[in-house]
Amino acid sequence: MDSKEVIARRVALELRDRTLVNLGIGLPTLVACYVPAGISVAFQSENGIIGFGEPPPDGLEDPYLTDAGGGYISALPGAAAFDSATSFALIRGGHLDMTVLGGLQVDSSGHLANWMVPGKLVPGMGGAMDLVAGAKRVIVAMQHTAKGQPKIVEALTLPPTAARRISLIVTELAVIEPTDEGLVLRERAPGVSVDTVVASTGAKLLLDGDTPTMPIVSPERVAA
Amino acid sequence: MQDGISAERAAAMIPDGASVMFGGFLGVGSPERVIDALVARGARGLTLICNDTASPGRGVGKLIESGCVAHVKASHIGTNPITQKKMISGEIEVELVPQGTLAERIRAGGSGLGGVLTRTGVGTVVSEGKQVLEIDGESFLLEMPLRADFALLRAHEADHFGNLTYRLTAANFNPVMAFAADCVIAEPEEIVPVGVIPPDAVRTPGVLVHHLVRRPQ
Repeated sequence: MDSKEVIARRVALELRDRTLVNLGIGLPTLVACYVPAGISVAFQSENGIIGFGEPPPDGLEDPYLTDAGGGYISALPGAAAFDSATSFALIRGGHLDMTVLGGLQVDSSGHLANWMVPGKLVPGMGGAMDLVAGAKRVIVAMQHTAKGQPKIVEALTLPPTAARRISLIVTELAVIEPTDEGLVLRERAPGVSVDTVVASTGAKLLLDGDTPTMPIVSPERVAA
Repeated sequence: MQDGISAERAAAMIPDGASVMFGGFLGVGSPERVIDALVARGARGLTLICNDTASPGRGVGKLIESGCVAHVKASHIGTNPITQKKMISGEIEVELVPQGTLAERIRAGGSGLGGVLTRTGVGTVVSEGKQVLEIDGESFLLEMPLRADFALLRAHEADHFGNLTYRLTAANFNPVMAFAADCVIAEPEEIVPVGVIPPDAVRTPGVLVHHLVRRPQ
């Protein structure tokens, strides 16, 4: 199991029955593969659909049925399509239960930077600022480090995505929750010591008891 | 009653330097025939208002690579390396707007509203130079309405009154842009007789649409 799969399987345990969830492009998209059995989640794509499923077989793609990354998708029975203003009213208006986004940095106060690297990469924020400002829960799913450097830092060096504190960080090493007191280490990945997590983190981590091992959605719990 | 105009005629109506809203999300739901005609007529100095700049050879991406564009207001340009290159070289000026804020600014522009108050962008570079208002103890950013000289839409069906329908995720910014421009031009897949589209199915009322672009004969 590679690190992305560990992250996706752990994030999937945050999914709750009968909720509306938006997954960011890239790693967060993998979470849809590990929805625990018995849980029914409606996924939103911000370009204007709730209730989409797997890409259709070759030759059956609909050019007007795509996700926010431009990939072909299918519409499940009960799906709803709508325009961009409606889509973002859902996101900002308190109707979106959870969003899972990638991250470049998260700091000790739980602020996320994930939309640009000045002078290097300026793709634009797309829907990320609205998602962080508007979703009830914001989960950041990311690798713990980038090129050996911690992505969890004392203070952001990259432009923030929002002033709001995110809800949870899930990496291949740990689950960390930003709180009023600071970043609390909630769980460590199987086979990973607390010392390893601390050494890979650029911000102070608060320990809460004996830091249990991260549960993940096991393959047999994934719905067929 | 509208018989429809050619894509070339539509492109000729849009002068160099005009501000133009384009429907579309990564090229899905973009008025491709009018875009091709704008490229063919060698349009210059356009201000594009659109969600993203698609990719090279697709949607408004064709306007970017053909040198038609001076300014872009969009939420995302990351899928088009040519936009990034032209932004860095200074050939194109880019204003990045959060996607939901872009939709609401356009909605405000088309609905006679003086602006939008949103939490989105508070505490980020997006708030620079903008008013922050405290409402019930919470900070909101004042975002101004957005309008354009033209809106170029892609629709599924249009009737001869200009009533429009859209398909699935090809709707995106098209319905909201239909309200926010002085001249609205829609490019449907098909123009059908009045009465074919039931009133309940109309997504954009025909009174908003000035011209329909017909398929080549």
